[in-house]
Amino acid sequence: MTKNISNFIVTIVLAGTLSLFLPWWSVMTAALVTSLFIPLKRTAVFFVPFFGILLFWAVYCFILSSANDFTLAKKIAQLLQIGENPYLLILVTGILGGMAAGVAAIFGKQIVLLGKKG
Amino acid sequence: MKYLKLLISFVLVVGVFYALNTKLGAVPPLGKFLNPSSGIWQNETDESITGEIGIPGLTENVTVHYDELIIPHVFAQNEHDLYKAQGYLTAKHRLWQLEFQTHAAAGRLSEIFGEAALEYDRTERRRGMGYGAEQAIAFMEQYDTETLGFVQDYADGVNAYIDQLRPEDYPVEYKLLDYEPEAWTPKKTALLLMYMTKMLAGYDDDLEYTNMLRLVGKENFKLLFPDFFDRTEPVIPNDTDWSFIDVPQTELPGSQAVLDTIIETIDKPHPDNGSNNWAVSGARSVTGNPILANDPHLGLKLPAIWFVMQLSTPDHNVFGATIPGALSVISGFNQHIAWGETNATRDVIDWYKIEFNEDRTQYKYDGKWKDVTVRVEDIKIKDKENYKDSVLYTHHGPVVYDKNFKSDNERSGYAMRWIGHDGGNNQKTFIELNKAKNYEDYVDALQYWNAPAQNFVFASTTGDIALWIQGKFPNKWEGQGKFLMDGSDPENDWQSYIPQKFNAYTKNPERGFVSSANQHPVDENYPYYVFNDGYETYRNRVINAFFNSKEKFSVQDFRDLHNNTHNLKAEELVPYMLEQMDVSSLSEDEKEIYREINTWRFNNDIDEVGPSIWRQWYGALYELLWDEFNDENTALTSPFTYQTIYLLKHHGNHPFMDVLATQDKVETAKDLFLIAFKEAASQLKEIKEEKGDYVWANYKGTYVGHLLQALPAFSKLDIPIGGDRNIVNATSENHGPSWRMIVEMTSPPTALGIYPGGQSGNPGSKYYDNFIDDWAAGRYHSLNFLQSNEASSAIIGTQTLIPMDHD
Repeated sequence: MTKNISNFIVTIVLAGTLSLFLPWWSVMTAALVTSLFIPLKRTAVFFVPFFGILLFWAVYCFILSSANDFTLAKKIAQLLQIGENPYLLILVTGILGGMAAGVAAIFGKQIVLLGKKG
Repeated sequence: MKYLKLLISFVLVVGVFYALNTKLGAVPPLGKFLNPSSGIWQNETDESITGEIGIPGLTENVTVHYDELIIPHVFAQNEHDLYKAQGYLTAKHRLWQLEFQTHAAAGRLSEIFGEAALEYDRTERRRGMGYGAEQAIAFMEQYDTETLGFVQDYADGVNAYIDQLRPEDYPVEYKLLDYEPEAWTPKKTALLLMYMTKMLAGYDDDLEYTNMLRLVGKENFKLLFPDFFDRTEPVIPNDTDWSFIDVPQTELPGSQAVLDTIIETIDKPHPDNGSNNWAVSGARSVTGNPILANDPHLGLKLPAIWFVMQLSTPDHNVFGATIPGALSVISGFNQHIAWGETNATRDVIDWYKIEFNEDRTQYKYDGKWKDVTVRVEDIKIKDKENYKDSVLYTHHGPVVYDKNFKSDNERSGYAMRWIGHDGGNNQKTFIELNKAKNYEDYVDALQYWNAPAQNFVFASTTGDIALWIQGKFPNKWEGQGKFLMDGSDPENDWQSYIPQKFNAYTKNPERGFVSSANQHPVDENYPYYVFNDGYETYRNRVINAFFNSKEKFSVQDFRDLHNNTHNLKAEELVPYMLEQMDVSSLSEDEKEIYREINTWRFNNDIDEVGPSIWRQWYGALYELLWDEFNDENTALTSPFTYQTIYLLKHHGNHPFMDVLATQDKVETAKDLFLIAFKEAASQLKEIKEEKGDYVWANYKGTYVGHLLQALPAFSKLDIPIGGDRNIVNATSENHGPSWRMIVEMTSPPTALGIYPGGQSGNPGSKYYDNFIDDWAAGRYHSLNFLQSNEASSAIIGTQTLIPMDHD
């Protein structure tokens, strides 16, 4: 359990730091690196970084967008044809980021397994 | 097994990365687009209007005060700094639009959109847009390096802004389409001016007329397309004395039109592009000060075509509407004068048939062979190999149509002679107008203006009003260029130009007002040939009638006139149709509609049904009447509304009235009225069933559309505003008054202005479209004309641009 929590926190902190230097795929890099050093088991491999990044992106989006009355978020939601609901757009954004992080972590896990003998 | 899992997970990672990093069809690359650190969430911001910003190349501080409309009031210490600041600020608020418009002008949209835009790009390049821009730069390099220097300053300012941007700061459209801004150059300013030239002086029907002439013969052509209508209220009043003109019109040669069949012609600008302007003298003004108004009618777009600014140096102080990409104020006022433009449409595009030699390296001219020059247009296409289009140039201009473009004739083509290709120094006119102090300065400034020809209205605080029709006009022989001409005959070339001082103008006319609304420039007494194919005939008469209706006028009268929705066109035909039409066969539903239009008072207000009935009725009538000219295999055109109505009323039994589809019957105008009315009634019934009513505001559904094909998310839809084309309030579906300005010539002038948009180009800003509701309601903003570099109570933020060393 503690490993899950530390992976969760490290993924977010690392993603936040890397996003200062790297494009959007910083979240994939963060999840991959974290999965190498704090390997998890079974579904946690995917879901811990998934929820970590989902939370990170969603909160970040909310902070930016709410400060501007969600003006642009409503328009982008309309543009992407998911209604005019900014919260839905925030959720979609979070899920996309989480998914990208999750699959990167699965890949990392496979590398870790390869390194083990047998 | 391990390796397989590794491989599968690797493929998964790559797949997800690819899917989120790549633009797939219209869907932007979602990872790039939506991530909060560099995606669209970074565009959820207002304008930054305080603080200090370093700009390389500035010589002194420039202060920028913003009022609550986000109009920048710029105080620079010299002109170089001023235009740097203008470039910087325009980019700051409108970067994507600034660049996109010049990409569109240059025929470079395939770079952004891929192959779908190739036909468009080829058309713009064959039209010679890039060629024309290069001519303008070459002219400035040779004759006016001062102006070119200012254009370079503007470019430096734009680039100073672009250089400060990180990818997360790019306007949202770049993120949506997945590309990046490039450096701005003086050529882009020239391209923008070409874009305006095309928009306003890029319309012609010469090739269509050629087909028409072949089809209907000379006599009928004259009846359908007369040089002058039966009644003219020209820009320059009818009684003007032209005896001072001592250069005659070019003599008529024995030249004949070339009666080719042309199947298809290139895209043309919107036929409604036009404008109103007027001014009253002090004697006709309630306060004793002249008053001036201008409202250019253009496509209603977001971001708006106009960006309002105050620009000042210690030597001048000017306020008004600018166009992103061009320097200085285009329609505005300074401490001494006010000015505005309407389009002076005149036929400044002519077409020549070119005969090539075997390998198309030479063409026939004056009994000899002359070399063609080849300009290779290298068109970049997104995700594809470049397309190279070789365009042949003759001394007339580019051969637009040849075997490679809209024609299959191996040995001939059609070359375009367009004033837009002549270079010239349009930018200088505006720079000088901005500084003009009186009538003489205004006339001096105009001499540099070639195209698009404009009716420049003028008023000064010292009491002068004037209107010059300024452009570079070929001195044509009677009828020259109405039809396709033989390009090998020197007599068909433009022989000379009308000397600038003989351009038509009026200064302080006796009637006490000047006005223009794209109508005929002059009456038949003007000694030069002035044919054009798009003269307005309604707005001008409503405006002039208004100024003849009473003695003195106020700013409120000007506002009322801007918002005037009187439909003179309908008034001139509907009563006649109602009187003539046989109503005995009308059904109950049709009778209801008959009653509705019978009580209509010819005002296109939002809650009326009359305008919708009129549109349907006249639309059906026009189609029925000109069914002869509906041929998919030939490029044809139909007569203008004014002449159409004239023919319906005066030639009701002409063979043209007959409907071709009914072989056993010969229809007259009277029959057409009824058939068209029934068609309209059935259409209106359908609209009512579908939408609930056909009240004008809903029927018309005016919208201001985003430059990207009116993406609904970034557009403003269903705007309740009256008016229509050919009405003083010229708002139709997506076209109309794009800037409304009224200036009273107090000292300093006091002004009102508004446009359908907002100062910000960012769809995420509340200043993106915040003017539209007030504009639709006919309201104005008072423009805060600051007289000194001090933040008045109207100022909500001040930003200082400070000189910074180059890195």
